[in-house]
Amino acid sequence: MIGERHVNLAVLAGLVIVPLWALWADEIFTITLTTRAVILALAAVGLNIALGIGGMVSFGHAVFFGLGGYAMGILAFHAQSYTPLQFGPLSLAGTKSMQVIWLVAMVTSALAAWVIGLLSLRTTGVYFIMITLAFGQMFFYFAISWGSYGGEDGLSIYVRNGFPGLNTLVPIQFFWLCLVALCVALVVQWRLRTSPFGLTLNAVRQTPQRVETVGLNPRKHKLVAFVISGAITGLAGALFADLNRFVSPTMFSWQLSGELIILIIIGGVGRLMGPVIGAAIFVALEHWLGGLTDFWHIWLGVILICIVLFGRGGVIGLLTGKEGPHV
Amino acid sequence: MSSILIIEQVLNGLQFGVMLFLMAAGLTLIFGVMGLINLAHGSLYMVGAFAAAWVAGATGSFLLALVAALAAAAAAGALVEIVVIRRLYKAAHLDQVLATFALILIFSEGTRWVFGSFPLFLDIPDYLSGPVTLPGGIQYPFYRLVLIGIGFAVALGLWWLTAKTRIGIQIRAGENDREMIAALGVDISKLYTLVFALGAALAGLAGALVGAIQSVQVGMGEPVLILAFVVIVIGGIGSIRGAFIGALLVGLTDTLGGVFLPELFKLFMETTTATQTGSALASMAVYILMSIVLIWRPSGLFGARA
Repeated sequence: MIGERHVNLAVLAGLVIVPLWALWADEIFTITLTTRAVILALAAVGLNIALGIGGMVSFGHAVFFGLGGYAMGILAFHAQSYTPLQFGPLSLAGTKSMQVIWLVAMVTSALAAWVIGLLSLRTTGVYFIMITLAFGQMFFYFAISWGSYGGEDGLSIYVRNGFPGLNTLVPIQFFWLCLVALCVALVVQWRLRTSPFGLTLNAVRQTPQRVETVGLNPRKHKLVAFVISGAITGLAGALFADLNRFVSPTMFSWQLSGELIILIIIGGVGRLMGPVIGAAIFVALEHWLGGLTDFWHIWLGVILICIVLFGRGGVIGLLTGKEGPHV
Repeated sequence: MSSILIIEQVLNGLQFGVMLFLMAAGLTLIFGVMGLINLAHGSLYMVGAFAAAWVAGATGSFLLALVAALAAAAAAGALVEIVVIRRLYKAAHLDQVLATFALILIFSEGTRWVFGSFPLFLDIPDYLSGPVTLPGGIQYPFYRLVLIGIGFAVALGLWWLTAKTRIGIQIRAGENDREMIAALGVDISKLYTLVFALGAALAGLAGALVGAIQSVQVGMGEPVLILAFVVIVIGGIGSIRGAFIGALLVGLTDTLGGVFLPELFKLFMETTTATQTGSALASMAVYILMSIVLIWRPSGLFGARA
């Protein structure tokens, strides 16, 4: 059996080596594919904070992913069409600056997570799963029926947004940017788990009654974790939109929420690197199986059922021989 | 706004509501008895619709098509229960969500593989098509009235089944204490398969009936599935009565909201903005309704367990 630390280091090394190899071999598409995996991993790191540490099975994390995407889409759309954004009497100019877009994406997602969390965390278990799913649909239908930003067709952005000192149009430079964002999020996740807050959250997942008896408020801890989780997934959404230079209501779709959960389960629930391994495997499967057959989802389904029935603890569980936390 | 339009839309809402009930009843029964959250319920709806469309295309008989839908969905349900679902009853909700999500992928892509990506069509038979004149001179499609009738009949039948029959007593006992009823000599795993197949058959019936007014295509089950979730969350998970009332509420809110909210906004807004705001809000109305119910009653209208 291999120690989890070694697995983690190997994954990080892989994230650096693969794109460097791709750069050397001039395989630009591999860089794009790796960027996709890194961004999905970032979104899943966000979800892992809610799901893995906090035990909140959110089936609506696409809300934050989509909000991040639309934050990018709307701001860049106003910048490229030179029209101001109107908030009643307030008029704001759009922007092509990534830092501003990221900030807006994270704040919007955090706000949405706060409202959704406030309502959904009144419930637990299956109710929570279904309610978060329903909120996801609510945003999905809203995005479809909201005609001024493309409605069902989505929004295309012609040029990728800029970051000072980088040429984001060069795939490898954009990749490094995404990788740094992922590493920051991983550090946040790691620090969170070992902090007093994270330990309490861990206890809330296992026995909320006991935490309450000690005089702490379980729901408040969960809400804070949910907000942090939403903000990180929102950032991933903004990056994902920038990668594709396109946003559409599918970023809000419930399939996407499901896929984010899948990433975490494949890698290992509640593990530091679980989301990263899951995203890497998912993108690889999507590319490889998708090239073999048009019906690759059937095989994905079969693999998933096998993981649920036989492979507890995901890939990291398999490698380290430990099952990991229960949700 | 005429009263005829209002009555028509209320009937449309009822029709939508009872079809949601057919879906929600199975979901809530399966959750109530086995404690399982089944995302693949929408796939059984799709299986019913495809079976009906295929049989109707081959034989030309709508009745045979309905029978085929019931049989195919029940068979698919029983098969899935025996092969996969049975192993999930004791698993965490997360595992159930994931495994049934995987089943959706398999069902959807499998259907696409067999039938292709193009929608199939199921025609309403002659003896059920055409409008009827209701008291008050309202012309209304006969088929939709039949759907409302079937929905209410199924609701009555389910009430009879759970309240008056031996099977119903076993089902209710299974909800309360599965060890006890197993100790009393009831084959609990057979009962579970039966309940699952019953829920699946209801979903398949709904798929076939709705398939005749919409097109039959891959992915048709999931939007209905999610609305059915909203229904049982509103009604209280595990309660058939709750599912019925929740379904009617959701059906009416969705239908009436879509028609009247834009009109309402036109009273104090210019037409284009009013249409846009109204329809955007209408698409969210059901979920807003759900949030309100949950703030008021976190375990739904008739829910006992959370």
